[in-house]
Order: sequence, then C-alpha cells, then structure tokens
Amino acid sequence: MKKEHTHENAKKFGMVIDLDKCTGCGACMVACMAENNVPFKKDESEKLDSITWIRVYKLTNGKSFPDTEICYLPKPCMHCSGIGEHGHSPCVSVCPATATDYDHTTGIVSQIYTRCFGCRYCMAACPYHARYFNWWDPVWPEGMEKSLNPDVSPRMRGVVEKCSFCFHRYQAAMDKAYTEGRRELEEDEYQTACTQACPAGAITFGDLNNPDHKVHELKKSPNAFRLLERLKTNPKVYYLSSRDWVRKAGDNYLEAENKVKKK
Amino acid sequence: MDSALIPKGVKRCSLGLFTLGIAVAGAVLLWGVYAMLLCWIKGLNQTNMNDYYGFALWIWADLAVIALGGGAFFTGFLRYVIGKDELKNIINYAVIIGFICYSSALLILAIDVGQPLRSWFIFWHANVHSMLTEVAFCLSCYFAVLTIEFIPLILENRQVDKVPFFHNLSHNMHEVMAIFAATGAFLSFFHQGSLGGVAGVLYGRPFGSREGLLVWPWTFFLFTWSAAACGPCFTILVTWITEKITKKKLVKDNVIRLLAKISGWMLATYIIAKIIDTWYWATVTAPSMGFTLMDFYSNNAFYGIWILVLEIFICGIIPALILITKTGRNNSKLLMTAVILAVIGVCINRWVMVLQVMAMPVLTFENWVLYIPSWQEVATTILPVAYGVIVLALAYRYLPVFPQEKELNPID
Repeated sequence: MKKEHTHENAKKFGMVIDLDKCTGCGACMVACMAENNVPFKKDESEKLDSITWIRVYKLTNGKSFPDTEICYLPKPCMHCSGIGEHGHSPCVSVCPATATDYDHTTGIVSQIYTRCFGCRYCMAACPYHARYFNWWDPVWPEGMEKSLNPDVSPRMRGVVEKCSFCFHRYQAAMDKAYTEGRRELEEDEYQTACTQACPAGAITFGDLNNPDHKVHELKKSPNAFRLLERLKTNPKVYYLSSRDWVRKAGDNYLEAENKVKKK
Repeated sequence: MDSALIPKGVKRCSLGLFTLGIAVAGAVLLWGVYAMLLCWIKGLNQTNMNDYYGFALWIWADLAVIALGGGAFFTGFLRYVIGKDELKNIINYAVIIGFICYSSALLILAIDVGQPLRSWFIFWHANVHSMLTEVAFCLSCYFAVLTIEFIPLILENRQVDKVPFFHNLSHNMHEVMAIFAATGAFLSFFHQGSLGGVAGVLYGRPFGSREGLLVWPWTFFLFTWSAAACGPCFTILVTWITEKITKKKLVKDNVIRLLAKISGWMLATYIIAKIIDTWYWATVTAPSMGFTLMDFYSNNAFYGIWILVLEIFICGIIPALILITKTGRNNSKLLMTAVILAVIGVCINRWVMVLQVMAMPVLTFENWVLYIPSWQEVATTILPVAYGVIVLALAYRYLPVFPQEKELNPID
C-alpha cells in the first residue's frame, strides 16, 4: 500500500472540457447538484450566494452582429496543484484549520465539512470563485430528502463547499477494486457525474498522468489551455477551443503582449 | 454616591450625568448585541456578504482596530524596552485602548465565522502554512498579555487597593511589566505582520499578492510598520477626545509631542516603504500576472485611483511631514490634523487590502462586484465602539489612568 502512494505512481485526476462541443445546456450542473446533494434556495435569481459546484458561464467575443460569437464555459473547482505543483494550492495553503487538503495520491483538493469553521479565507484565496459558502441551512422540498445521495453528506450552514471531482465515486470504485484484488482502476470505473451527464461529450475525465487515459493526450492539444495559468495555480482542468478569442479569455494579458501562442 | 471609588485628588462629573452617558452608549451596545445574536442564531445570511465578498466589513474592522490598537504594543515597547520614561504618563491609556481594540477584534472574529462553536479548531487542527493560524495564536497570546498589563491598573482602584493582597499583587506586576511589554511587542510584530500576510500570500489575487522575504510577503512588514506608526496616533487622538469631553488637560504636551515625533518618523519611513512597494507591485508584480495598475482602479468611482492617492499622499505623506517637523508638532491644530489623517490612512490601507482585493475580478469573464453591508453588519461593527466608550469611561472615572491629571488639574 505504501509503495502505491509514492509520487512516482501518484494519480493526478483532471478534466479536459472541449468548449467547441459545449452547448451550454446545463446538464452538468443539474447532474452535479443531484449527485452531490447541493442545496438550493427558493429563489435562485441571486447568483452571488447560490451554490453550484460547476457553473456554466456565457462568454462573448464582444463584437456586434453579425460577428458575434458566444462560448459556454463550465467551471468546476480547478483542483490546483499550486506553485511548483507541491500541493500548496491557493486555498489549501491558507485554510487555518486544515479543513481543505491536497491529496497527493489523487491530486484532488478535498473539503472537510465537519472541520471547516467558516472563516472563508479559502474563498478569498480562490481566483476562480470555485468555493461556495452555506449562507443557509439546506432545506429540501417535501419528500426530496428521500432522493438524496446517501454517499454524500449534506452540508450544514456556515461551512464552505466545492466540487470534489465526485470523490465518493472514487472511494466506491477503489472499494470495489480492492475486493476484486486490484489496486488500479480502469478509466471508466471512476467518472464524475458531470462527465457522464454531458450530452455532447464535451467533458473528459481521467488521470492526467496515465498515458492510457484520454485526458493524457487531450491536454497536449495545441488548442488546450487552462484558466489563469499566469498565476501559477496549476489547475487540473483543461479547456479546448479552436477559437483564438476563447483561449485569450482564459487569462489576463497586457495590451502589448502577444496574447496567445500561435499554433 | 460613588465617590469612594473615585481616585483621590481628582474631580469627576456627577453620577447622574455619567449614568446618562453610559446609557446612551449602552443603547448602541444593545443594538449591536441584538444584531450579533441575529448573526449567531440565524447565521451569516443576516449579512450582505456573498461568495464573491467572503471577506467584508468585519474583516476590515478587525484589521483596522488591531492596527489602531498597535499604540499599546509600540508605546509599551518605547516605554519599557527603549526606556522613554515620559511615556509612563500615557502608557495606561494606550494599554486600555489596546485592550479594547483587541477584545473587539476577537469578538468580531467570533461573529464573522460561520461555525463559531468550532473556532477552537484553528488551534486544534492548526495549519502552519496559514497566516490566519499565526494571527489566531499571536492575537490570543497578545490579548492575554494586554489583560496582564491592564490588571495592575484595575487593582489600583481606591477600594481594591485597600486589600493588601491586591495591593502587593499590583506592585509586583508593575515590577515585571517590562517582560510583558517586551513579550507583547514580540507577539505584536508577528500578528500585525500576519494580518498583512493574509492578503499578501493570496497569489491567486493580484491586487493583494506581493513578493517578499522567505515566507513573508512585503505586506507582512508593512502592516507591522504602519501599526507601529499609526497606533500611537490613535492613542493621541483618543486622549485628545477624552480631554475635550472631560474639559481637562490630562497629559502634558511634551509627552504627546514625543509620541507624535516617534510616530511621525515611523510614518515617514513607512510611507517611503509603502511607495516603493506600490511602485514594484505596479511595475513588476502586477504586469507579470497580466494586469496594469489602472486595471485595479478603473472600473468604477468607488474603487477609483483616488483611494490610492488618499491613502499614500493625503493620509501618508502629509501627516508624516507634519509630525516630523517641530513646527508641525508644536501647533496643536496641525498636530491633531496629522493624527486624524494618519488614523484614516491606516484604516484606508486595511480597507483596500480587504475589500478591493475581493471586488476585483481575476477571471476575464467576471465583473467587479459592489458590496453594501447590511444593518446587522453595521450594528455589530459599531458595537465595539460603544463597548470601547463604556470601558474607557469606567476606567477614566474609577482608575488612576492619567498620572499627570492631579498636577494639571489641581482641586482648590
């Protein structure tokens, strides 16, 4: 067991989202909420305090008709490895109570709800706004509590939550593998809810370190980019787009700079 | 009626008038307590904070009161460690103001967290990489030191002092006070610094992020420096307000001017460091992240470049120039103008390092957000002010806070 957790064969789960394929349908958001027991408000029109572990943004190229183009960009937690890929992601390094942690065996940034005391320093640290605070206790409509996912604990008021890359699915898959005498998972044994729900197949999930997984090749595409790479957060969510302006939207550039590397 | 409790040789207003004043402050305090209970019972949905403004008015108030309370550690350091003996005439008040500021900061933090009953996790599950952990440890320890520094003064109350045990305890505590003052200065250096580090280490937030020395971003040192510079200004300001209210001279001018002079030189050197930091941040740090200086200030009037001008020039350079010149210090109007500007300046610095960091979008497809605090946030922020007024009033009335009061206000 100890040998499996060394850096040499550590996994680095990540996502590649093809923005050319994303239609902005929001199925990923719905699947995520159902899978992870994400609470919701009666009135969800105020987005600044509503919880969506994956949120679909609508980007435009800023041009008027007929040159207008739009792009939908789903944004989960980036599970950053941090500067130097040492696991000091912006949020993990600041949490005073070690309520969020970087798992070096999977590359997943966890959130320990029962340890979080709600100081929100991690939210202040995250440039992606991928972290959400439970401003209210969750209230489920009559009868809905029966359809909650028993593998995911609902969160209480006053703590921060975020996308976990459906970590409970990883645990379940590993449990199954162990009982079958295996120590490694097949690619399709651990997939996130949003990946499976995307009708356009825009989301691909897997081990970025594993050459047998699709994400390993996809992230090398010349069209691949990550959000805010210049901040050295080292996100594990990659995006693909054949459009220049979309790739440029992934980061901040000075006017004088050559904004995106040419293919 | 309460004359037996009032120090000998000084005059105080009637108990009726005093009670009336306490009642007014008490009403404000109760309003704050009501808002505080709402936040604790109903949760932080009582505030106007949101997922973009996770840090807001309270964290600013926390940072500001701790900076202003810096007068206690720095005056203590000057009095007991450096040996500026004249400052014994203002050290008591500096300690009380510091005590109020730090207890307020702890109270605000207790309201600000989503799960107050789990606050102890910060000690139990401490993450040594987090600036907030350092803040929690040093803040709590320094508050304990301030309490120890405050106790001998309480024991000097006329009636308490009659008890031999308390009299001796007070005397012995005074004897070892230099050790506590030095400990306090050491602890303060770290927690004032870590509060600066809170924003400085946010490498995902270009407005706050700074390079630094080893694990400490430059904001770490700037916060300590500015607290040492502006904290004593706040002590001078509160002393001046007290003198106006009581219509009495309580501290001799030479004491105030000495503190103002030291404060002025601290402020002058701080503001030079701050200008260098801002220049480096604007020309090197921010561009490396894809931002120009004006990207941080240009979106709307509320967060405009005026705030930088106000902080550095009007509330930094001007008061520093006044305080380092003898003419400036000797002119009471100029002196008080400088002191007020310095206090405003440090509050603005803490404001931008919290609020503007949050307001500015980092993702290119997100927008600036504006935030207006709810009445519950405002009431709980005013609560410490009312609490401070009550503690100061009680201390002034019943304790020998100002050693020069008798001499300056002889009773016929």
